[in-house]
Amino acid sequence: MRQIAVYGKGGIGKSTTTQNTVAGLSQAGYKCMIVGCDPKADATRLILHAKAQTTVMDLARERGTVEDLEVNEVLLTGFNGIRCAESGGPEPGVGCAGRGVITAINFLEENGAYDADTDFVFYDVLGDVVCGGFAMPMREGKAKEIYIVTSGEMMAMYAANNISRGILKYAHSGGVRLGGLICNSRKTDKEYELISELAKKLGTQLIHFVPRDNQVQRAELRRMTVIEYSPEHPQADEYRILAKKIADNRDLVIPTPISMDELEQLLMDFGIMESEEAA
Amino acid sequence: MSTAIKDTQKMIEEVLDAYPEKAKKERAKHLAANDPTGQCSTCKVKANTKSRPGVMTVRGCAYAGAKGVVWGPVKDQITVSHGPVGCGQYSWWARRNYYNGITGVDTFGTMHITTDFQERDIVYGGDKGLDAALHELKELFPLAKGIGILSECPVGLIGDDIEAVSKRVEKEFKIPIVPVRCEGFRGVSQSLGHHIANDTIRDYVLGKGKLEKTTPYDVALIGDYNIGGDAWASRKMLEEMGLRVIAQWTGDASVNELGIATKSKLNLIHCYRSMNYICRHMEEEYGIPWEEFNFFGPTKIYASIRKIASHFDDKIKENAEKLIEKYKPIMDAVVEQYKPKLEGKKVMLYVGGLRPRHTVGAYEDLGMDIIASGYEFGHNDDYNRTYPVMKEGAVIMDDATLYELEEFTRRMKPDMVGAGIKEKYSYHKMGVPFRQMHSWDYSGPYHGFDGFPVFARDMDMTVNNPSWNLIRRKK
Repeated sequence: MRQIAVYGKGGIGKSTTTQNTVAGLSQAGYKCMIVGCDPKADATRLILHAKAQTTVMDLARERGTVEDLEVNEVLLTGFNGIRCAESGGPEPGVGCAGRGVITAINFLEENGAYDADTDFVFYDVLGDVVCGGFAMPMREGKAKEIYIVTSGEMMAMYAANNISRGILKYAHSGGVRLGGLICNSRKTDKEYELISELAKKLGTQLIHFVPRDNQVQRAELRRMTVIEYSPEHPQADEYRILAKKIADNRDLVIPTPISMDELEQLLMDFGIMESEEAA
Repeated sequence: MSTAIKDTQKMIEEVLDAYPEKAKKERAKHLAANDPTGQCSTCKVKANTKSRPGVMTVRGCAYAGAKGVVWGPVKDQITVSHGPVGCGQYSWWARRNYYNGITGVDTFGTMHITTDFQERDIVYGGDKGLDAALHELKELFPLAKGIGILSECPVGLIGDDIEAVSKRVEKEFKIPIVPVRCEGFRGVSQSLGHHIANDTIRDYVLGKGKLEKTTPYDVALIGDYNIGGDAWASRKMLEEMGLRVIAQWTGDASVNELGIATKSKLNLIHCYRSMNYICRHMEEEYGIPWEEFNFFGPTKIYASIRKIASHFDDKIKENAEKLIEKYKPIMDAVVEQYKPKLEGKKVMLYVGGLRPRHTVGAYEDLGMDIIASGYEFGHNDDYNRTYPVMKEGAVIMDDATLYELEEFTRRMKPDMVGAGIKEKYSYHKMGVPFRQMHSWDYSGPYHGFDGFPVFARDMDMTVNNPSWNLIRRKK
């Protein structure tokens, strides 16, 4: 069983990319599971065809404690046998969502959600690594393989670098490794070259460049992955390729995060950002 | 520098030698040989700093200071320990702050109320649970005159908005609902909790009480928590002097008493450490003078009575002399009875807010000799009040570690140690006579004329108890 966590800046397309990739893996014959680690609980919508499944924490809140739950109440099966769970958590501004992630993952683990014949578990984690709770998937030897979704936009690259720092922190204690960057294209200038170079600086690879295609939105509106909605569409193949690359990936590294200055220099070298002298 | 100071400094250095270099350097600043004249520049200790990791400290936390000391004793308000059950459970009725009233009907001192946080409260926030708890409390205890919400650590970590809940519920209940941000991780000891609690008294209840009439003899008794009935013993004396105690803070206090202290003519402060903040505030905002007094042992009592009386007219001054005259024979008899058994006995103290200096006089009245004294959470102003009352060459300790206490005990061989519950049993095992001086070892009162005979009896009972000799000591 390989446990994989997907991180990246908020809104970059982690959930869409994860679900499409997992759909591709399941079609290739792998048994997969997705654990959504975001209070918004939208990491499994395209697999289950339903908005916001019953989450671990919401049900725990209703019943009193997680001890009052059965695992099959929160672990649902969707497209192609993919199993889905959502940690859930509070609305913005109250409580501690990070603790919710910790509680939910421990619950799933203790109650045998990760059975032996599961090939891949994907953790889809909220935005940046803001606190210990959101680092949970990479702690204590859970997910040992991390993929960062990014794009050619500066803040997405900045987040990718920050997440690399988080990985570096757990690399020596938990054995966590970075598997690569996934570029979810925003069609910014020289995007492929820029992210390839960022990947190189971080000591990793650009594992796949996912082109921008409105077919993704069309499928999402129908609560489906591209692979399910339009299996013949070229975009579906892109996700199948990404799935295969991940399945075959052996290039797992300890990242080498860079400084803010280096990041800015990178953008200048590619002519994305003017240097202060030029401005 | 005198030989007494030099000898003590040498002993302190020897004790410190066991530490690694860094710890030694740091701890050295917190231990000193006393110089009552204040001329010796190296005889002052550093205070109120973070405890050194790796050594045993007996300090408490901000929650302990706010709940356990200042707010907890207020009898007709309900004190809610907001957070997981542990903090409330372990601080439950720990100091025996006596009060009058019918518990569970109009007073709530010995009751233990907690919002009992579970994992879901951490994740989703505890505000709804708090709101529900407040409504349940109002229904169960309609005579409660206020509710205090004492934050435990997780409340601060998850950023629960207890102020918003308080504000809303206060409008509905029309009694003070006081949010106290005393999360345990704040500050270096319980001392910050006292300050936070003082600030909430100032912001939520001070000046809001009702007092029908005032007299020129109105005083407020501040910083007496009525442990074993201490405040009652003090109040009785003040009343016999002709003064009117309009408020007792916070031992046996009502919420209204917290509100009306601003009407007093003089604030009398017993525990300076935990309540000087509010006295200073009342001085600045209301022009009320304050006086620190000491009702431990006849010498200090007589001096304090006269000092208090000096703020008033001749009638009170005469009453003060009459009071001293009346009780002096009783005090003399106590000294006569116990001094022969206690004379020359060496005492080591390590306590909290005021006792490391205030009890010195009472021991000396019994002929006992204070060879070392220290504070868990004192500040510089406490030590500055301590140096002059201690003899030359005595050990002054700040935030002492268990190792240091044991080593000083081994080297100085006190006949009695007075400290807290955390030290108590290690001293029992060492076979050194020990008195728990935070809650008077379940005895008291020790304050005032009523208290001194109890104090003297207890010290005799401790020092001269033959059972200490039955303990097998390490060779």
